[in-house]
Order: sequence, then C-alpha cells, then structure tokens
Amino acid sequence: MTNLIWLIPILPLLGFLINGIGNKNVPRSVSGWIASLSVLGSFIISIGAFGTLMADPNVVIKADYFEWLSAGSFTLDFGFLVDRLSIVMLLVITGVGFLIHVYSIGYMHEEEDYARYFAYLNLFVFFMLLLVLGSSYVLMFVGWEGVGLCSYLLIGFWFKNNAYNDAAKKAFIMNRIGDLGFLLGMFLIFQTFGSLEYDTVFAGARQMTFDQPVLTAITLLLFVGAMGKSAQIPLYTWLPDAMAGPTPVSALIHAATMVTAGIYMVVRSNVLYVMAPFSSEIVAFVGLLTALMAGLIGLKQNDIKKVLAYSTVSQLGFMFVALGVGDYTTALFHVVTHAFFKALLFLCAGSVIHAMGGEQDIRKMGGLKKALPVTHLTFLIGTLAIAGAPPFAGFFSKDEILAGAWTHSYLIFGILAISAILTAVYMFRLYYLTFHGEFRGSKHQQEHLHESPISMTIPLMVLAVLSTVGGFLGMPEIFHMPHFLNNFLEPVTGWADLYAHGHASHTFEYTLIGSSMVLLIVIIYLVYNKYVKDAHVPKADHLVTGFQNVLANKFYVDEFYNTFITKPLNVLSSFSYNWIEKGFIDRIVNSFGYLTNGASGVLRLVQSGHIGLYIIAMVIAVILMFVFKMII
Amino acid sequence: MLSLLMILLPLVGMLLIRMVSDKKSAARVALLLSFLPLAATIWHATMFDPNGGMQFVFDKWWVESMGISFKVGMDGLSLLMVLLTNVLVPIIIFSTFDRDIVDFKNFYSLIFLMQFALVGVFTSLDGFLFYIFWELALLPIWFICLLWGGADRIRITLKFFIYTLSGSLFMLVALIYLYLQTPLPHTFSLDSFYDLALTPSQQGWIFWGFFLAFAIKIPIFPLHTWQPDTYTNAPTQGTMLLSGIMLKMGLYGIIRWMVPVIPAGIAEWAWLAMGLSVVGIVYASAMAIAQKDFKRLIAYSSIAHVGLIAAGIFSMNMMGMQGAVFQMLSHGVNAVGLFFIADILIDRYGNREMKDMGGIAHVSSPFAITFTIILLGSVALPLTNGFVGEFMLLNGVFQYSGWLALFAGLTVIFGAVYMLRAYQRIMLGEAGEASKSFRALTSNEKILLYIIVALVIVNGVYPKPLLDIAGPSLSAILAKAGVVSM
Repeated sequence: MTNLIWLIPILPLLGFLINGIGNKNVPRSVSGWIASLSVLGSFIISIGAFGTLMADPNVVIKADYFEWLSAGSFTLDFGFLVDRLSIVMLLVITGVGFLIHVYSIGYMHEEEDYARYFAYLNLFVFFMLLLVLGSSYVLMFVGWEGVGLCSYLLIGFWFKNNAYNDAAKKAFIMNRIGDLGFLLGMFLIFQTFGSLEYDTVFAGARQMTFDQPVLTAITLLLFVGAMGKSAQIPLYTWLPDAMAGPTPVSALIHAATMVTAGIYMVVRSNVLYVMAPFSSEIVAFVGLLTALMAGLIGLKQNDIKKVLAYSTVSQLGFMFVALGVGDYTTALFHVVTHAFFKALLFLCAGSVIHAMGGEQDIRKMGGLKKALPVTHLTFLIGTLAIAGAPPFAGFFSKDEILAGAWTHSYLIFGILAISAILTAVYMFRLYYLTFHGEFRGSKHQQEHLHESPISMTIPLMVLAVLSTVGGFLGMPEIFHMPHFLNNFLEPVTGWADLYAHGHASHTFEYTLIGSSMVLLIVIIYLVYNKYVKDAHVPKADHLVTGFQNVLANKFYVDEFYNTFITKPLNVLSSFSYNWIEKGFIDRIVNSFGYLTNGASGVLRLVQSGHIGLYIIAMVIAVILMFVFKMII
Repeated sequence: MLSLLMILLPLVGMLLIRMVSDKKSAARVALLLSFLPLAATIWHATMFDPNGGMQFVFDKWWVESMGISFKVGMDGLSLLMVLLTNVLVPIIIFSTFDRDIVDFKNFYSLIFLMQFALVGVFTSLDGFLFYIFWELALLPIWFICLLWGGADRIRITLKFFIYTLSGSLFMLVALIYLYLQTPLPHTFSLDSFYDLALTPSQQGWIFWGFFLAFAIKIPIFPLHTWQPDTYTNAPTQGTMLLSGIMLKMGLYGIIRWMVPVIPAGIAEWAWLAMGLSVVGIVYASAMAIAQKDFKRLIAYSSIAHVGLIAAGIFSMNMMGMQGAVFQMLSHGVNAVGLFFIADILIDRYGNREMKDMGGIAHVSSPFAITFTIILLGSVALPLTNGFVGEFMLLNGVFQYSGWLALFAGLTVIFGAVYMLRAYQRIMLGEAGEASKSFRALTSNEKILLYIIVALVIVNGVYPKPLLDIAGPSLSAILAKAGVVSM
C-alpha cells in the first residue's frame, strides 16, 4: 500500500484534468461517473492503507517525492504522511466525497456546465486530500489554500448572478485573512524549530518547557487560520453566504470536509496546543461563543440551507470547545459523525429544493413527508443524529464533548449545554416546518412534488445508515465497550493525553445521558406543539420585531463589517488615490520638475530639451564628487 | 567569448529586422531572431555549474587609462536574469502578432536594442560598463513609449525619462566615489569594489547613491509616481518590457552592487528601505483597490509586488534573497501575462474601463481559464509560481521582523481583494452588449496565454531547477556581505 498512496490525490486530479480540459467534449453521461469513480478509487486505496495502519500501531506511511522549496540549508520535500489521524480524514473525505459525487450526478443533471462542475468538485477533493496527506505545514497550506480556491469557484459556480459572485469573493477574502495568520504561524515555527516538517517540529516541541510565549504565539497564529477556514467568530460570516453554491457543494465543502480543516490542523498540532494552555483557553472560548451565537441565529432563519449553515458553524464551535479543553480525539470524533449527518441533512435539503423547483424558504413548504418519503425519513434520522438522540451518531460525540467540558469548567459546560438545546430546537423546527403540517407553496409546486431519482436517494440512505451507527466508533466508558477511535488515535494524541484532565465520573455520565434524553423529548414535544399542532408559521421578515429581529438579521454582523471594514477600506483607497497619491506625492515630484525646468530655462533657449539637463547635472555631479573627495 | 556573443546577438536581430519590408513577415522574422539569444542562453545554462561562481567571463580593457574594462560574466543570479530577459522578449514580440504596429521596423529594432542593454546590465562586472548599459536601456524604452504610446504620452514620457535619469545620476556619483577609493591605478571592476575598506559612514552615503537610482527604477514608494502613468500609457509591449524585465534592473542592482559592496550601509539603512518597501506594499494595494482602469490596476499591483521583493532583499537572509530572485522571475512572467490580458481587453473594447466589461466568461472559456490561472499566480496561490517566491519573501522578512512581515503579509489579503474584484467586473456577471460580441481569442493569443499558464504552473510545482541555479550564487553574495547563510 505504501507505494500507492500518491494515487490517492492523483486520481481525482486526473478526473479534474479529463473533465476540465475535455469540458463540453466529454459526454454528459460519462463525466459525472469519471469524477465519482476517481474518488471511489481513492477511497479503495485509503481502505487498503487503513488496513496497513490497523495492523500495527507503530506503522506510519511516509513518502517523499521531490524537493520542493530550498533556500540555503533549508529544504522542504513534497512528501506525504499517512498516519492514524490522516487516514481517518482520508476515509471521510473520499467516502462521503464519493457519495456526494454520485448524488451530484442526479442533482445537476439539468445543468448546462456539467463537466465544469465535476472538474471543480474533483479539484476540490484533490486539494483536500493534499491538505491531510502533506507531511509538513507548508503542504497542509497548499491544500488549505487550494480548497479555498475550489470553494470560491463552486460558490460562484453560477457566475451570471453577481450576488453569488460576491459570496464567493467574500469567502475567499475572509479565508485569506485567516491564511495570513497561518503563514505567520508557519514563519514563527520555522524560526523556532528550523523546519516545517511535522516530525521535526513536534519532536522539538516535546523538548520545550510548558507554556512558552513562542508556543502561545504559534498556536494563536495557526488558530487564526483555523478561524477562517472553519468559520469561527469573527471570520464566520462567509459560510452562510457560501450557500449560494449548488447544494451538494454545501454538503461536501461547507459541511463535511473543508470547514473541518481547522479542526484537523489543531488535532495535528496537538503537541503544540497542549503546551500552550492560554491558546487552548482561547480556542475553547471562541468555539463556545461561536456555538452559542450561531445556534441562536439558527433559531430564526427561514431558508432551509441557511439553518443548516448556521448549524454547521455552531457544530464547528462544539468541536473547537473539545479541542480547547484538550479532547483532541473527541473533536475528531465529532468531525466524523458531523460529516455523516450534516452531509445527509444538506443532501436531503437538496432533494427538497429539487422537488420544490428551487424554493428554499421553509415558510412555503410543509407536509412534504408524503411526497418525499425517503428524503423525509433520512432527514429525520439526520435531525435525530444532530440533536443528540441515542443511539444516533451525534449522541455519542456530543455527549463526549459535553462530558469533557464538564471536567474542565462548569461555565463552559453550561453554555455548551444551552447551545446543544438550541441545536435540537432549530433542527426540529426545521424538520416540522418542512415535512409536517399543510403544504404552503404554490399549486404549481404541489403538482410537481416528487421524490428524487435513485442516484440521489441511495447516497441519502447510505449516509442515514452511517448517521445511525457512526457513533459506535466511540462508546462512552459506562457501556463497557472499547472506544475504538480513542484507541486508534492513541499514537497521534497519546503524548498530549498525558496532560489531559480527568474523566467525568460515571454518575455524571448517567445523569448527563438521562437528562439530555428527557430534555430532548420535552423539546420535541414543545416544537411539535408550536409548529404542527398550532400550525405556527414564521412571520414575514418585515413583521419580525425585537430580539427576534436581531436574530433574524444575524446580530447585524454583516452590516457591522460592511460599515466598519469594507466601506472604510474603499473610501480610504479612493481618498488616498485622489489626495495622497495625486494631490501630494505626485505634486511634489512634479514641482521638482518645474523647478528644474525653471532653473534651466535660460539654457533651454540655447540647448533645447532634456539632454542639456542631463549633461549639466552630470558635470555638476562629477564636480561635487571631487569636492566631496577632497573634503574627506 | 561565448558570453560576448550572447550579449551581442540582439544587435544582430536589430540590424537584420531592418531588412524586412513586409509587416506580416517582419513579426515572424523578429520572433525567429529573438530565438537566437534565447538559444544561446539555454546553451549557456546547460554548461553552467551552479557552484562554479562567476562563469563565461569576458574581460578586455575598454579605456585602460581610466580603469574601465569591458568585463562581463554570469553567476546563477545573472544567468536567471538573462534567461528571464531572453524568454520574455520572444513572448513580447509574439504578442504583436495579431496587432497592427505602425513603423514596425523601428519598433522591433528598439525592442532588440532594449534586450541588448538589459542583458548588458545583468552581466556587467565593471561599474562603468554597468552604468552605460543601465542608461542605454532607458533610450529604447523611452522611444517606444514616446512614439507608440497613448494620448498623453509626451508629458508622461518626459516625466519618466527625467525622473529615472536623475535617479541614475546618484548612482553614477556612487560608482565614481567607489572608483576613487580603489587603489591606484583606479578601476571600476566589481571585484576591486569588494576589497575596499569602507567605513560605515562612507557606506551609508554610497547606500543613498545607489538606493535612489534603484528605488526609482523599481519603483519603491514614494518614488513611484512616474510608474502608473507610464505603464498605462505605454504600448503593451513597452509596458511588458518595463514591468517584466526593466524594473528587475533595480532589484538586481541592489543584490549585485549594494549587498556585497556596502553591507554596513545596508545594515544602517535597511530599516528605512524595508519600511518604505512595506509601506509601499500596503499603499499600492490600496491604490489598486481604487482603480477603475484594469491596466492601471495591474501597474499598482506591480508596485506592491516589487515592494515585497525589495523588502525580502533588504532582510539580508538567504530565505529573502532566494525568494526575491524567484519572485523576480515569476513577477516577470505574470506581469507579462496580465498586461497581455489587458491588451486583449483593450483590443476588444477599445478602452480600459472595467465597468464597460463583464460576463466574458460566458463567451470565451479559454480566456476565462487562462486569466484565472495567471490571476492565481499573481495572488500567490500554492502550486503557482507566485507562491514559491511570496512564501520565501515573507518568511525572509519575518526573520528580520515579525511585525514588518505582518504588514507585508497584508498583500495576501489585499491582492485577493483587488484581483478578484477586477476579475468579477471583467469576466463574471451577465454579459452586456459589448461582451456578447467579444471576438474569440485568435490562436496566437491562445498560444501565448498557454505558454504563460504553463510557466505559472510548472515553476510553481517544480521550482527546484531555478532555485538550484540561484542558491550558491546568492550564498556567495551574502558571504561577501558577511552574512553566513544557514
């Protein structure tokens, strides 16, 4: 397997080249399958690599291909590293990625630019694989920026619409703000450890003493990168806008894979973060704030994709809390289960939008469960999973995050528990408004309601199964079952785990599970009463008042950024251009010119033009030269 | 002898092209003639030994009584600069293929003369010779801008000419001063400059002599105001020569004539030079954001890019140097690509205002794809040529000062802001009336864009050959400056 891992990213790259260069010459029936099968190929090789790693905890697959960068004695190889952390990411990316490619074949079948879509999708998978395969921070950064590019291309896929183009641009620029942090973090790592390869850096860090300022600086700078990519406060506003892209893109890039890159980065750097407790506190704090704020906003959104987008932001916040309190495997566990159920929810949303003829406003839906039985059932499973109902996937991972938060700080636990409750509320509100009650759309839409084709429903079913059983990867201690993921990742996070806080008591675990189940039932009952029994429909936007209006307007953060960053930047640019550039600097330069012109005016009568000026200046210069020489 | 031949080959082109009277074949003949210096350079590259120091040296007294020799030669740095020149000149000539050039004989002749002067600048090992080539390079480009330029060309080219010329005079003073310090009989030879025992205060003065000349040419903020007007008004090929190659004269000059000769002067003033360069990055980016004219936008973005290169050089470490040299090559390629895109737009729309464009991506996907990739090179996306240079440059600046690197790094963000805005205005959205009738790219235009795209990607994925050529030479130069490269 070792000598085949280069194929993992290369297969999707080939798919990209075929669809990208062939473009409209590739038959429509073929291009989707080329793209899907290339990702399937990567998945199969990843399974093989997984087998190799499974056999022996000490095995890592490393391969250096060529020297990429060099300056003096610094060299950086273009090399891959498959260890137990990257293999988990590889399996998620290629596995879920394959399902979403297949789904896209059905979803995009009416799209004119079919090949271009699949080319971008394959290119995304290529860069995402590079991100997790790289054996150094620089290669992670290559993938990191590459997925940002693909995100840009896919958000703005329908580029006739300038609102979509704006969303795409915003995503790219916000990510670049984070990327600057990542870059500076890398430079500081290089300055500190003389290398950017994981092995060298982590070996160096293990030798350092606890809580060094330089480690705090490195981890904070890297975290700025993570904030951008994983949509955390204050760099999260691009993600809801990114819903402008085709829905499978939202599922793949903006839910399951790309946005979890920030979590991957912190888990990868766990040796650094565990040594920098202050940074870890910041990570937990930012995650917590994001989880709560996005959860609140999610309560009042009426666009099916926007609800899911804020939910993603909130769930990513949960993961960062886990990272901040030092539960690295738990965060990765939630990455995996979230990939299953959030991809599922987005694809279901896509199926709904497909059936509704492009409608995304849940106020105009309702009662869809009859017309869309498969979508309905799978969406329900996804909802139960994200809300944390046992035994669905989200239950286990979220339970673990909450238990970890409890042992760290009651305050963090309390706020996180509120965010978890919010999750259940906005998700069941979404579920009931979409699938229950009376249909509220147009007559025309009602007549055309239909279940999606089989290429779309099969991925839904597979993801539904994964969302149901995915949690068994990590069983809580009280069930006396081995925690597969913790044991599996021991070689990666084992060293950091030495610094870990204690485990929550069994009594607490029982109480947590018991009370969360009761709470969930109460929430479902209340939400059901409001939106189904009382048939409450959210008000039209202009009728919403008070705090609800603040939530519906997403705390006015976009407006804030627009007023205090975007507009000032534009105004300042134009101002500087007109007043500093033209009005000041250039004027000084020109006045020098006029001055010389005036001074040489007499000579110009005789000699005409600048050649004279040249000679005079030269002579004066040479004379000055000699005078200068004599003085010294 | 060999290198002399290589330097003189453009003059052969300059003479031969005058014998062609037919406009159509003139472009082809000019292209063929421009392959001669390129072939000679590649031939030299195959014989070049990266660890062999200065090679292909040709040394003959020119004015022996004054210690002036005609001494040329190439180390890795020179070789790469010559390679850049001799790769870009054929591309620049190729860009005239589907354009109507009036007075074409003089036009191509001047391009060849320019090439001659540029190669001379990059290979001179004698201070006086360097100065001669440096000033010689100004003449053809001035004529190109003056005779084939846009509406306001007379005022603008005069300003350009006087501005850069007055800068060079300071360099002449510095060179003569160095000359007078050499032991009797005085000589202008670079080697003899290395051995001078100059006090830090002397070096400080010489620093300013060189720096003013180089900073105006590059240009470094706030000495840049000749540049946007000149770039915008010059004919496309003139802009390509200026931005692709000529501004590298200044950057090259810093590495060749300042770093090893007056390290103490640099140590004294680097903070200021770096400060200006970094302010220039942010300032020029802000200017670029305010532009409505695409060509002018690229002109300002060019100031931002070269500001970073200058900052990398003045950080005086191997990372910054290596990044600077690589970025000089990448910037050359990308600037030529972007100005060619501007040329295509001007050809189709008859003006440069971005608001009149839009939606071209629907009409011409080859244009959209190549534009995107060149743009990505310009904003330094990994696996493009721009990233390799920018990463090492910022890293080099960071090793000098983290805070400076933070401000210099704003180019990462601002670059994306102005380039993506421009791309959106020009290429995306609904196609207006003017864009619907966008004339498809000719096959020559496509080939040129594909060549640029190939250079962007190949150098981004596998930069090693170029880095290997530059590495040992730059270590040697830094060693002369007393910096032991790690």
